Amino acid sequence: MDIRTPVPTIYGHFHEKYGPTWAEHTNALKESFGDAIEAILMPVESPVDMPTIFVKKDKAHELLSELKNKYSYSFLTDMTATDELEDEESEKEGIRFHLVFHLMNIESKIRIRIKIKLKDAEKIPTFIEIWPGTNWAEREIFDMFGVHFEGHPDLRRILMDMRWEGHPLRKDYPLRGYQIFLTPEPLDPELLK
Amino acid sequence: MSDTKFKNDVPLDIARWGFPGKFDVTVKQDSDDLFEDSKMLVNIGPTHPAMHGAFRCMAKLNGETIEKSYCEFGYTHRAKEKLGENRTFHQFVVYTDRLNYCSSLINNVTYAMAVERMMGIQVPDRAVWIRMMCAEIARVIDHLICVGINAVDLGAFSYFLYGYNQRERAYTLIEKLCGARLTTSYTRIGGLMSDAPEGWEKEVKDWVKETRAVIAEMDKLLTENRIWLNRTKEVAVFNKEQCLQYSFTGPNARAAGVNIDLRRDQPSMFYDKVEFDVPIAQVGDVFDRYYVRVEEIKQSLNIINQCADRLKPGAIWAEDKRTRIPEKDAVYNTMEGLIHHFKFFMNGFDVPKGEAYTSFEAANGELGFYIVSKGGPKAHRMRIRGPSFWHYQGLDPMIKGEYIGDLVAALGSINVIAGELDR
Repeated sequence: MDIRTPVPTIYGHFHEKYGPTWAEHTNALKESFGDAIEAILMPVESPVDMPTIFVKKDKAHELLSELKNKYSYSFLTDMTATDELEDEESEKEGIRFHLVFHLMNIESKIRIRIKIKLKDAEKIPTFIEIWPGTNWAEREIFDMFGVHFEGHPDLRRILMDMRWEGHPLRKDYPLRGYQIFLTPEPLDPELLK
Repeated sequence: MSDTKFKNDVPLDIARWGFPGKFDVTVKQDSDDLFEDSKMLVNIGPTHPAMHGAFRCMAKLNGETIEKSYCEFGYTHRAKEKLGENRTFHQFVVYTDRLNYCSSLINNVTYAMAVERMMGIQVPDRAVWIRMMCAEIARVIDHLICVGINAVDLGAFSYFLYGYNQRERAYTLIEKLCGARLTTSYTRIGGLMSDAPEGWEKEVKDWVKETRAVIAEMDKLLTENRIWLNRTKEVAVFNKEQCLQYSFTGPNARAAGVNIDLRRDQPSMFYDKVEFDVPIAQVGDVFDRYYVRVEEIKQSLNIINQCADRLKPGAIWAEDKRTRIPEKDAVYNTMEGLIHHFKFFMNGFDVPKGEAYTSFEAANGELGFYIVSKGGPKAHRMRIRGPSFWHYQGLDPMIKGEYIGDLVAALGSINVIAGELDR
């Protein structure tokens, strides 16, 4: 029993209800993007709850804009990352992080997940042009994982102190430890220019 | 000069003051200094009584108008996502209380659903109905605090006290369920901490009846009050387009006309078996956000009543060996029970490989848990998508061109909770 077991009170009907639409959209994307899509994990076949599309970094912006405009997945539910250190498959490919986007179709409420594989210290252009709301999400990913977003207007730490060292959600970051700051960090007046 | 756009380009009319045609004044339009030294920086927070939590907002003012602002937070960051990767799934229940501490039951319920979904566990009907009642009671509490505090900030103190009384009584009901008032930790993976005491649903129904009367009274007291209308109508507008750009969900998005309610559109638990309406406003100003919440309280009270009617005696635990916490009787009197108990609390249970994003309509918007499991008792990634993070991001564009006094109204109306924002 795992995620593939339908649970009636926790969206157990989703596979039947949205399956055809998901298949249609993923097939259309496969056709138009071809090699740029590395893999597609479909629910029931794989242990995922919604289609998970792995897309190459250079085509990611194009794919996300197309999903937003053409397939009306216009609502960015969440943007986050995962650290794949010590994962066998990722280690073979030299991959360190997965950027994860959760999109929702605002009309039909269908969800879809996009993942982008990133190497350690690899940079990726910002997504602010597509969704202005990714501003803080990217700052959080930078703060927690140390992924750099090129062209971001204000890529600073967001949850941790500005003087903090290290990126806490990396797998090789220790759970315990102290960095103590006795003086407050005043806000940079340049930010209000 | 910067191209700061002021919303005060239009003559001040009914939109702002409610006196049509009486004041034919136009506020200075450009971003030139209004008077000598009129530009200044004002720092609000992190511990300012109007900020309701440890946030900081640095505002650059021209006279009284906010030209630009910069919001900071993170003062109560407790590394919840990191802890989620270093605690077993059972141990993480208590950490979910401290997300949105005004409606901790909703967090408990959503987290339990997220893990149960990954394990394919179906909890019995009684547990589901109790969870629904809990979620709706928590929603009422959260909305009462939000509208109450918003009114206190703008000077309507007694309004808050009406709601406060009902809120305290709701906490007493929750206390009867689990012994705690604020940090409930009521759900377990695959069940509930304890069953509802006998006659609990009757007490809840009595409370619903009283709260209905109180809400009607509160509605009369404030909603058509002229001062309240002048302070909230057309203030801090965040329209539909912006809501979609900044991923607003919940009452804040519905106030701007975004037709989304996950209880209706993505029904989990038994929400498809109860009847309720989804209130939607159009403008997206402070007043709409206030009034959508008041209407939602009424709808939640309806849902609670319907759940209480259908609550039947029965089991509250899914009989799944992986997650069932053994009864104390078995633990103290049988060897197998004792072993089971120790195995459960020391090692935890394994969640199969997989990943899922499970979301539920929390009081403020979409609360989601994105759990990646690679097998084993601990999560590989425990992402918490709290609505406040996205709502607080919208504060900067929302208050641009507003008066500094309206910043307080705007912040109160989007109901940002520090615990959920900082995680």
